[in-house]
Amino acid sequence: MPLKEGFVDGSKAVWPLLIGVVPFGLVLGIVAADSSIGPVLGYATSIVIFGGAAQLATIQLLDEGVVAAVVIATALVIGSRHVMYSAAMAPHFGEFPRWARYALPYALTDQAFAVSIVRYQDVTEPVYKRRFFTGAALTLWGSWQLATLTGIVVGGQLPQSLSLEFAIPLVFVALLVLTVRSRPEFVAAIVGGVVAVLAISAPYGLGLIIGALSGVAAGLLANRIMR
Amino acid sequence: MSAAMVILIIGIGTYLLRFSLIGFVGERAVPEWALLPLRYVPPAVFAALVAPAVLLQDGDFVLLPAANPRALATVIALAVAWRLRSVAATIVAGMGALWLLQAVL
Repeated sequence: MPLKEGFVDGSKAVWPLLIGVVPFGLVLGIVAADSSIGPVLGYATSIVIFGGAAQLATIQLLDEGVVAAVVIATALVIGSRHVMYSAAMAPHFGEFPRWARYALPYALTDQAFAVSIVRYQDVTEPVYKRRFFTGAALTLWGSWQLATLTGIVVGGQLPQSLSLEFAIPLVFVALLVLTVRSRPEFVAAIVGGVVAVLAISAPYGLGLIIGALSGVAAGLLANRIMR
Repeated sequence: MSAAMVILIIGIGTYLLRFSLIGFVGERAVPEWALLPLRYVPPAVFAALVAPAVLLQDGDFVLLPAANPRALATVIALAVAWRLRSVAATIVAGMGALWLLQAVL
């Protein structure tokens, strides 16, 4: 397979995923335009964080006036799944030049990881692998920037009565369903949700983290029992 | 701490999480038990984000559709997400259900 096609192959591989990415980005932009942190900082999250779920939670918690340390902790708990992707990518990225090992992880999103790890099962050439990831990541990055910017511009024009902030939990509903693929994951979700509701009056907005960590513990327990 | 500072720190933290194990290539492989908990982070976190947002109103547990149409709209969105496995369809179904319930109730 010709090496230079790697970039195009990577770009094409993410096209079907844009059906999910673009509406998510639009919602993020709309919510950001409406929030108390404003459109400029809201958009900045797309460049500085570049991770939809963490961005959405960050904007929501900052808007609610949650303590800074808890906003940071919550966003990093949400982002901790990337360590798993990092582990899976390490043997492949280890073959890349130094600059790529440092630069490309910035764009190691759920979608870029998903298409690349599947492709890497069939290819061995490091240059092709690097170009494939770069093509996928740049396409996702560009689409995400365009979608969030469009959302911010459109969001300012839409009336409050549409209750568009409800789109935040809806995005998380979709991501939730997509990540529950086994019984232990189902247990993790149920316990995470129930505990987060029960812990709602925990100080400093810590309820989310308490719920999430309880869910993870329950998932691990279920994995032991159900195996 | 300013919102800009919070966003910057989360950005740096997110990069470090993504770089983490790529940065340690050549050292010992990470044992699977150490990564297992991370598998349960996405479902636990997403459920913990959704449940309080749709089941509570001003800190009180409200399920009655007339008082809290979001709970029922979320159930409909869940069903659509389950069937179609699509982010876009879930947003459309959930917003549509909410607007319909707000108009009817």
